[in-house]
Amino acid sequence: MGWFTRKKENISKESKKSDLPDGLWQKCEDCGEIIYNKQLELNLWCCPKCNHHFRIGSKEYISFLFDEGTFKEIDKKMKSADPLEFVDTKKYSERIKSTIKKTGLNDAVKTGTGKINNKKVSFACMDFGFIGGSMGSVVGEKISRAIDVAYEEKIPMIIISQSGGARMMEGAYSLMQMAKTSARLARLADAKIPYISVLTDPTTGGVTASFAMLGDVIIAEPKALIGFAGPRVIKQTIGRDLPEGFQRSEFLLENGFIDFIVTRKQMKEKLSLLIDYLHNNHK
Amino acid sequence: MAKNVLDFEKPIIELENKIEEMRKHETMLDISKEIKTLEDKVLQLKESIYNNLTRWQRVQLARHPERPYTLDYIYMMTTDFIELHGDRNYKDDHAIVSGFAKLDNQKVMIIGHQKGRDTKTNLYRNFGMPNPEGYRKALRMMKLAEKFNVPVITMLDTPGAYPGLEAEQRGQAEAIARNLLEMSRLKVPIIVVIIGEGASGGALGIGVGDRILMLQNTWYSVISPESCSSILWRSWEYKEQAAEALKLTAEDLLEQKIIDRIIPEPLGGAHKDHQQMANTLKSVLLEELNNLLKIKPEKLISSRLEKFGKMGVFEE
Repeated sequence: MGWFTRKKENISKESKKSDLPDGLWQKCEDCGEIIYNKQLELNLWCCPKCNHHFRIGSKEYISFLFDEGTFKEIDKKMKSADPLEFVDTKKYSERIKSTIKKTGLNDAVKTGTGKINNKKVSFACMDFGFIGGSMGSVVGEKISRAIDVAYEEKIPMIIISQSGGARMMEGAYSLMQMAKTSARLARLADAKIPYISVLTDPTTGGVTASFAMLGDVIIAEPKALIGFAGPRVIKQTIGRDLPEGFQRSEFLLENGFIDFIVTRKQMKEKLSLLIDYLHNNHK
Repeated sequence: MAKNVLDFEKPIIELENKIEEMRKHETMLDISKEIKTLEDKVLQLKESIYNNLTRWQRVQLARHPERPYTLDYIYMMTTDFIELHGDRNYKDDHAIVSGFAKLDNQKVMIIGHQKGRDTKTNLYRNFGMPNPEGYRKALRMMKLAEKFNVPVITMLDTPGAYPGLEAEQRGQAEAIARNLLEMSRLKVPIIVVIIGEGASGGALGIGVGDRILMLQNTWYSVISPESCSSILWRSWEYKEQAAEALKLTAEDLLEQKIIDRIIPEPLGGAHKDHQQMANTLKSVLLEELNNLLKIKPEKLISSRLEKFGKMGVFEE
């Protein structure tokens, strides 16, 4: 039988692409170094050779930022309701369901309180793995409530951002989450309670254009993509290539939009020190 | 014949041209009856077309190049307008105009996106797409209004904040974010009117207020139908479906409780009768201002926080 009459399915149709290799080893996207998974975890998911920061989720950040056993999650069960009954190539309601199943997360942000070197903070951390870390009603509401906790308990607010922007499938509702979260931060600012914003790869669109850029102090992980418009859109608009390092943390530092760059290993200590400087001075 | 005719308006224009043609022969023949019948038919046709527009057709009307823009409204509704320029930091952004004006005797600060009418003025206005200095200029004007206790009216009409290299370098995201925060605690009333396109953060950047109003044939959403199509369908061809899915018309947003009120447009759209549109808008603004000016600043700010706090739908 000639190969062209073969009736068997194409190989690529059968083979499933998984998001995370579940093997024991990972390859660094930057320098190509092969790293043993356990070693990567011990190194807080940074390449031991080139210090490339692998993209990680809320679970991982919580594991190394908080004093052991102090993190308590709030609004854990909140889920998207599909108010527009949105359908593109797939129903939004189904997209939500399958993403919850795939990621084990209910939406793109985890919120709660915990202690950093024995100092209690209100905390929110986004997950890029959940529909590109996009902000819809759930993300906006959970972050707003976390800011309310900071306001009511008079404890500092820390938000780790990681997002492609506002979630298209909730239309104008998503857009309004930008105003909602920013308004809550205004009240927090008026009460002189500190808010520290941590930007990780990537932070773009409506998230950058709201709470992510409103920190009293804004810090970023090395080489994180941070911007309003995505690089592809900008390239299309201006019709030429973008300079090397454009919209990366170092570029934002140079242009005056972030306070400093922090490696993952220093993050806990730097946050702790900032809280020392900013909090409880109004007595 | 009118230029800039949208596809769905063609049957109307055809009939109107026919009437025009018949009028030329009216002196020789008595065809006034026939003309009257046709005119009634045009009116019927208009009502059936304009009352059954798809969401995409609304988007097209919102972008109609003959629609009134911010400066047109200012000239038609107000007196003693004095335009103020610049963000006192980098430059004057021509995609946002601002200044003091009087609505009858009421002093107001008006801030709005400004589009151009032709290639030359569109380049000057950057097609109504502000750079960061535009948002910072808007904020400066709001602070000025607050300091001297003058209410603010903003007019939204933009295809989006400009996605350029320098815009990123000068902090487009920071400029918009700052406005959202500051507008939410501004001590004077803010009325927001969507007069054309309300595209995402670029629109919201001057869109936080106590009352959010939308003209009948405008749209407001998180993304334009075209960009939504290109991202979710991976093609520019699905803009009609995207517009439907986004539920972005004034009726949709009223139902979603995101806006407070729809302002009716003349039959066929605001561009059919600029002065009538301006008169309607002016009376609505005066009415809304009258109510807001009675409210104390602290109450105004706490209600604003509550208003945006309620927006969103989720399950617990």
